Amino acid sequence: MNKARSGLTILGIVIGIGSVIAMISIGQGAAGSIESRIQSMGSNLITVMPGFQKSFSQVKAGMGSAQTLTIEDAEAIVQGIPNVQAVAPELSRRYQVVARGQNTNTQIIGTVSAYPLVKNVEIGLGSFISDQNVRSMSKVAVLGPTTRDDLFGENTNPLGQTVRINGINFKVIGVTQSKGGTGFGSQDDIIFIPLTTAQKFLAGADYVSTISIQAENAQTMASVQSGITNLLLRLHNIAEPELADFNVLSQQDILTAASSITNTMTILLAAIAGISLIVGGIGIMNMMMTTVTERTREIGLRKAIGAKRLDISLQFLTEAVMLTFLGGAVGIILGSGLAYGISFFTALPTKISLFSIILAFTVSAGIGIAFGYWPAQKAAKLNPIEALRYE
Amino acid sequence: MIEAKNISKIYKSGNMETKALKGISFSIKEGEFVAIMGPSGSGKSTLMHILGCLDTPTSGKYFFEGKDVSQLSDDELADIRKNRIGFVFQSFNLLPRATVLRNVVLPLVYAGVSRDKREKQAKTALQNVGLGESHFFHLSNQLSGGQMQRVAIARALVNNPSLILADEPTGNLDTKTGEVVLDTFHKLNSEQKRTVILITHELYVAKHAQRIIRIRDGEIL
Ligand SMILES: Nc1ncnc2c1ncn2[C@@H]1O[C@H](COP(=O)(O)OP(=O)(O)O)[C@@H](O)[C@H]1O
Ligand SMILES: [Mg+2]
Repeated sequence: MNKARSGLTILGIVIGIGSVIAMISIGQGAAGSIESRIQSMGSNLITVMPGFQKSFSQVKAGMGSAQTLTIEDAEAIVQGIPNVQAVAPELSRRYQVVARGQNTNTQIIGTVSAYPLVKNVEIGLGSFISDQNVRSMSKVAVLGPTTRDDLFGENTNPLGQTVRINGINFKVIGVTQSKGGTGFGSQDDIIFIPLTTAQKFLAGADYVSTISIQAENAQTMASVQSGITNLLLRLHNIAEPELADFNVLSQQDILTAASSITNTMTILLAAIAGISLIVGGIGIMNMMMTTVTERTREIGLRKAIGAKRLDISLQFLTEAVMLTFLGGAVGIILGSGLAYGISFFTALPTKISLFSIILAFTVSAGIGIAFGYWPAQKAAKLNPIEALRYE
Repeated sequence: MIEAKNISKIYKSGNMETKALKGISFSIKEGEFVAIMGPSGSGKSTLMHILGCLDTPTSGKYFFEGKDVSQLSDDELADIRKNRIGFVFQSFNLLPRATVLRNVVLPLVYAGVSRDKREKQAKTALQNVGLGESHFFHLSNQLSGGQMQRVAIARALVNNPSLILADEPTGNLDTKTGEVVLDTFHKLNSEQKRTVILITHELYVAKHAQRIIRIRDGEIL
């Protein structure tokens, strides 16, 4: 076997397997981090989001942008649905925030005292918003740790200080503990204020953007979910469930939706990488064809001394599989290194699973068999006399 | 042990037909040393391929050890070759990047002989043709022509074939090494009682055999 030529040929397999491994690692890493983000949102959590009522013209707008939910809905859920532990309506929007000359743009969540219980938020300093704060529309704020760091400096105590949200002064009464996670949807870069204050002084409207409900336990999730749906349909005077102007989602629903998106993304990425595998396989086939031609005399000799068709075709198949296997092994190392490098240099999480390594080995052996089969057959069928005469 | 009955072989390439053999009949008994002699293009190699079960005749019958092999399939012929026949070619046909020992072991691999037994048999065969231990692990393309041909003979002998076929075995060798190789065949025949068929176009080579079958233009003279 020609070493340089074999090396160059298996490069195609190396690149193919390497990129499949890297792509799957990125996909699964993303899926893992999204899952843990959803899990950390709270336990036995049900979320009600507004949706535009589907009119007869079937114009659908983005979920969550409508203004169909109110505090009354949240109160009705507290009163009317059994097995509900806590209910936290919220109104969230981004605003410009200023404190001591520092400027930041962050998520402002107007909510009630039940929020920390429902959303697994823990208080680090001071206290969270109280029922009294909500009743009296107090201008008080609880900062997320990232926001606190941005506005007042790392690990400082901002209690009693003032932050200016959208031109209105709020007194800081608490800081939450870090939940981890960065970027979009971070639970750390956030400011909580009383819901009533947010509605009156910031939004100037009395809707809420989300109602979060914690069921008593996992067993009651389903009944609570359907109870809320029926209750809100009644309150909103909607006869047909299909026409509902809201969506009631359990954590599981969100998880399912998110994982179907990440799965699709993973498959798509892997499929693109898979194309380079096919190209690599064709390279192997091409080289094996050349090898068979070059080694015609050897094949003739082997046949003359008693090799059967199967012996010859196995010999060449084995060579092809060994090549692709070698390519696969190098590809796995390279792909894993790439995945590791990606999570090292960017914050993107990656996850190299045993599954993807087994898959890569199987696929590379499969490619050896699939693309080595034809050359091996060609070798096996050579007439020993013709082969011996071949110059 | 060998009986050819009215064997013909016609090669067709495109619409060209070559009658390489035209009704050849003869028989060879076990333990004989026979030379098949004729000028170049007379059909000697074609005949050897049929006698060696590498090919089947277009018409006629060929009995090998009493069995009609003229209609057998590829793989059935391979079975006969691997157990009963040893070949020696003019151009040696050794695997160039394999060791001497590996070349001689190869037929035993296809015959399914166990690893230990293979090595032992191959070493004996090499010693039988006068190649000692010191040569076993040379690459075969580092040998001289005479040595290569003796490795090829050892390879032909290694699975104790009943018939050894040699097609112009001295064609690529000088006279002196040729004599050594012919001597080896001689010994195989006289000491080990093996049937040897030697194909050549030169009379002085043919004269080493006990009997000469002469062919010309695909016919026995
Ligand atoms: N595979 C083949 N296809 C076509 N013609 C062949 C083939 N093999 C041999 N021949 C022809 O058959 C004749 C006998 O060839 P061959 O048996 O090789 O003769 P020799 O070995 O005596 O020189 C020659 O005319 C040769 O050209
Ligand atoms: Mg010839």
